[in-house]
Amino acid sequence: MSEKLRHRIQRAKRINALMTGVFTGIGGFFLGLIIVLAGYIIIHGLMSYYPGLLSFTSKGIGNQLFNTVYLVFWALLISVPLGVLAGIYMAEYAGDTKLTRFIRVCIESLSSLPSIVIGLFGYLVFILMTGARWNLFAGALAVSILSLPSVTTTTEDAMRSLPKSYKAGSMALGATHWVTIVKVLLPACTPRIVTGVILAAGRGFGEAAALLYTAGQSTRIVWNNWNLSSVTCPLNPFRPGETLALHIWVMRTEGALNPNSEKIANFSAAVLVIIVLAFSMTARYLAGRYGKKQMGEKA
Amino acid sequence: MSERFRKEYAGRGLVTICGLLIIAITLAIGAFLIYQGTGTFYKFHHSLFEFLFSSDWSPMDNATEGGGSVGSAVYIAGSLMTCGLALLIATPFAIGAAVFMTEISPKWGTRLLQPAVEIFVGIPSVVYGWIGLTILVPFIRDVFHAKMGGYSVLAAGIVLAVMIFPTITTVAADSIRSVPDYYRKAAYGLGSTRWQTIYKIVLPAAKTGILTGVILGLSRAFGEALAVAMVIGKTRAFPKNILSPTNNLTAAIAADMGNSASGGEQNMALWTMALLLYVISMIFIVLIHALGKERKE
Repeated sequence: MSEKLRHRIQRAKRINALMTGVFTGIGGFFLGLIIVLAGYIIIHGLMSYYPGLLSFTSKGIGNQLFNTVYLVFWALLISVPLGVLAGIYMAEYAGDTKLTRFIRVCIESLSSLPSIVIGLFGYLVFILMTGARWNLFAGALAVSILSLPSVTTTTEDAMRSLPKSYKAGSMALGATHWVTIVKVLLPACTPRIVTGVILAAGRGFGEAAALLYTAGQSTRIVWNNWNLSSVTCPLNPFRPGETLALHIWVMRTEGALNPNSEKIANFSAAVLVIIVLAFSMTARYLAGRYGKKQMGEKA
Repeated sequence: MSERFRKEYAGRGLVTICGLLIIAITLAIGAFLIYQGTGTFYKFHHSLFEFLFSSDWSPMDNATEGGGSVGSAVYIAGSLMTCGLALLIATPFAIGAAVFMTEISPKWGTRLLQPAVEIFVGIPSVVYGWIGLTILVPFIRDVFHAKMGGYSVLAAGIVLAVMIFPTITTVAADSIRSVPDYYRKAAYGLGSTRWQTIYKIVLPAAKTGILTGVILGLSRAFGEALAVAMVIGKTRAFPKNILSPTNNLTAAIAADMGNSASGGEQNMALWTMALLLYVISMIFIVLIHALGKERKE
């Protein structure tokens, strides 16, 4: 082996070791960054707590927290049935036609539209054109448009990944296609759909840009008012319903008006991140358990 | 028998309607935005050229009167610069993380880095904005002695970079994983080191997939509103350098849409910006489709 060649090989090995170090460094950097970032948001946020911050009054964030959960509840109530049914259509009834391909393009463009654009569409159609004031339900509709594509794709993927024998067995017993879907296929892919819905809910909790001009940037709830048509009734969806994520945005602009705004925003951010983390961990756990169960069936 | 078939047809009809509803929603969003966004041109008679390339922004803010100017070049430039900077920062790191996850250490990659990336995706964008506002902006102010208190293109670029890197990493990692294993084996067989295999074989083979990830990231950066709005400084001027504040499309919409008279010149111009965002996001989809086709071939 010539001296020159040996030199080249050594050089290549050195660069290889160097680059391995660089890539490991990048991987470690992101790992460190997320731990520091999430840790900072949660710890610093919880340390900003002061008594009354969790109360359900205009001083606390309880109302915003309730609005967030209530809004996501409505959004899922709309998008889950629609998305699951559309997913069934895509997996079971749609052939490889131009129409199907067009629906796919639509799903893709819906899922990549900026959320502020969806929010503006909601503002235009659900607020301006109906002549309504900001309301929680308009926000829920906007968020449901955001989560519709992911629910649809999750359902379609889940149905397509079922073994062919499920469908064949059911239909061989004389069940119609629809009965097969409702009684056999849908129950079989429920765990995966639930995982997808949990992920969609997690995203819904953090949504703000789509709600800016739909759900409104204020909230006023009177907790002993259970008259559903009243604008201060907690359960009336047709009242302004500022969510937790929006509250952080509002606190930034109202910094001068509220001396505690920074603490409120810190704490709200911590609560949001904890909720989102809890949801994504639940989804991960469910997906893992479901994966194991399937593996078990094969063995 | 007939009862069962009635159910079959009813069920089939129901799911078909839901499928078609997705088309209806998508088209409705486009149609309403076009209807509302073109008002600047036919109601107030501004030219597309003025909107895109003039930086003279002084629209009238009442329901009927026109006569102001709607040059949005500052906002458009702001969007382009912040997204460009974000891409410049995020792409090398994101591809590096994808390579680490797939080629260097798949075990640690799937166990630790993959969940970490998912958490990055999960953190809401206002929270990123808030962290940017309370940590990054003061940091830039103190370290670089930025004139406008740290609100800057740089701050927006960094916040966006953190937000889009998971997208790029996830798509790039998928694309690298789908490179056939015999490519690597052949390269090792010829005596390549791992870096040579990655650099000369794997990355070029995964090129279109990585590019798709970059475009998806760019598209996310373009549409991001509140996080950028919190750190960009909202100053209507072209930035002198990356430490000066400016404004962008989404921040302008988020800040002014509710404060401007509905149907007025300023309001219409903001809707035109929303339409522009919509058009840009459609262009990205077309690009990704073209790349997808190239990949299949």
